[in-house]
Amino acid sequence: MSFGPFLLLAVMESLVTAATLALTAVGLSLVFGTMRVVNVAHGEFFMLGAVLAWFVTTSVGGPEWIGFVAALALAPLGVAAVAALADRLVLKRLNYEPEATIVATIGLLYILQQAALTFYGPEARPVEPPFNFRIQFPWFGYSGYKLFVIFAAIAVLLAVWWGLTRSKAGLIMRATQVDRDTARAFGINVDRVYAGVFALGAALAAIAAVLIVPIQQAHYLMGGEPLLLAFITVIVGGLGSLRGTVIAALVIGLSDGLIAFFYSPTLAKILATLLVALVLVFRPQGLFGAKA
Amino acid sequence: MKVWIAHLAVLAALAVLLAVLPAYHATNLARILTLAVFATGYNLAFGYTGLLSLGHALFFAAGVYGAALPVTYWGLSPLPAIALGCLAGGGMAAMVGLLALRTAGVSFMIVTLMFAQAGYLTLLYFGQITGGDEGLVMPDATALIPGLSPDTARAVIAFALFALALVLSLAVIRSRLGRVMVAMRENEERSRMLGYNPFTVKLTALVLSGLFAGAAGAGYALLFGYAGASFATIQYSILPMLYVLMGGAGTTLGPLLGTAAMFYLVDGAARITTATLLVVGVALVLLILFAPKGILGTLRERGARWIP
Repeated sequence: MSFGPFLLLAVMESLVTAATLALTAVGLSLVFGTMRVVNVAHGEFFMLGAVLAWFVTTSVGGPEWIGFVAALALAPLGVAAVAALADRLVLKRLNYEPEATIVATIGLLYILQQAALTFYGPEARPVEPPFNFRIQFPWFGYSGYKLFVIFAAIAVLLAVWWGLTRSKAGLIMRATQVDRDTARAFGINVDRVYAGVFALGAALAAIAAVLIVPIQQAHYLMGGEPLLLAFITVIVGGLGSLRGTVIAALVIGLSDGLIAFFYSPTLAKILATLLVALVLVFRPQGLFGAKA
Repeated sequence: MKVWIAHLAVLAALAVLLAVLPAYHATNLARILTLAVFATGYNLAFGYTGLLSLGHALFFAAGVYGAALPVTYWGLSPLPAIALGCLAGGGMAAMVGLLALRTAGVSFMIVTLMFAQAGYLTLLYFGQITGGDEGLVMPDATALIPGLSPDTARAVIAFALFALALVLSLAVIRSRLGRVMVAMRENEERSRMLGYNPFTVKLTALVLSGLFAGAAGAGYALLFGYAGASFATIQYSILPMLYVLMGGAGTTLGPLLGTAAMFYLVDGAARITTATLLVVGVALVLLILFAPKGILGTLRERGARWIP
């Protein structure tokens, strides 16, 4: 294969990474933007989504696509419920104190990981893709499912964007984000908004996981990498800025994918983590954020 | 003076325990003491200066490899290797601190976490030298101190490291520097107004903390015969935080108490169930919810004001 098609293949593979990364990172960013909570357990919500997808697809019979659709609906719901519960039981009692919530979500990370290990086991298990359709390019065949992942992620992101800017719930959320005390004075139930946002953020990670699991396999330790990448994306894109997050996801997904494809995945991650540390030190508002 | 006597008494009790306990328990205690050195260092940064770092695994790993690489490749003897590891930890802390201390609070946590992650990945990237995830096996512990059995040598070195760490940390926090560190934790703006440079004070505290972490890492690698990239994973940043939170942040003996409590908690849990991660997670959540001051901190609040 000559260089051109090879590059095309690399770009397409990276776009799949970027698409799921955007979903995961937007979830993290929503939670940080609205609640000022750095959710270290976000990657475990991702993992939980993948594991639940495996449980749903194996227990639902019939053709593959039925199980997949069921997983796409049920897994995010389940994860959202866990997140809302964690918010009520732990985060709310800490008054959303930033440093305390980080410690608490680290605790949550271990609890979820152990739960997955105990109930699901240490094996990596595959989930069947809902359809097997290959698109034949002149140089190589490409899985149609991967293209579906990209489009599905775009659709979900558009829905989130629409919900935030055009619906009443989105308005309430943004009001809470800007000033929670005034929002409370206007009769908004801030506790419920926070629980909802935390659940929504977790559900987005879970959707990303359900989409990726036919390509990647579900494993109880799979949450570490998406967490790291999502962190990097959110910080580079500017904490709490959704547009910045999506752009950053695209940039980081592509560059991570391309460096990993041509050099080494480890080198790509080293560069990305150093980049994010330096961004935080020298440009805390993010590369795309406005000057504070 | 009383404070010094109390701490020397604790050290004496530990020495007696090490001498009389059967080999298995003495080894456990040596492990606890080495990890307690790490926690004591973490406490200097977190407990006294208020620097909540998520990157101490990097300083620990710098100590691990600062000692392990010369031992493996140049046949350095263990005691100078520990000194080298200690310096490596401090040096690493100085480098990270110079950049990371420009941020504070949540940003500081994330920046340190990212540096530690980059360090871990770098260890993996140079896996041919560092052994990566599989790690390097250190030479037999019999070589630690010529003439002593491995178990005795291990106990002696672990005890010496911890005694040094405890005495040093006590000396630091009772010095002028220690009081300025606490002032930074309580009110940075006000200390700045009084003429102290927050950056220098915090950097000093972080480097001190890194020296302790480095010594602990070097000791841990040599005493227990293994150096691996896994020491740089986030888990080794969480552990000292957990120990300090459990024992009581900002108390001199809290780190030791927390390390011992967590060690036996996980050990005990491992006997009934395999779900040891659950213990760590639940302990973190419960501590932060109900006893953010830890064991000694809560006791001090409830009337035992004399606890140092």
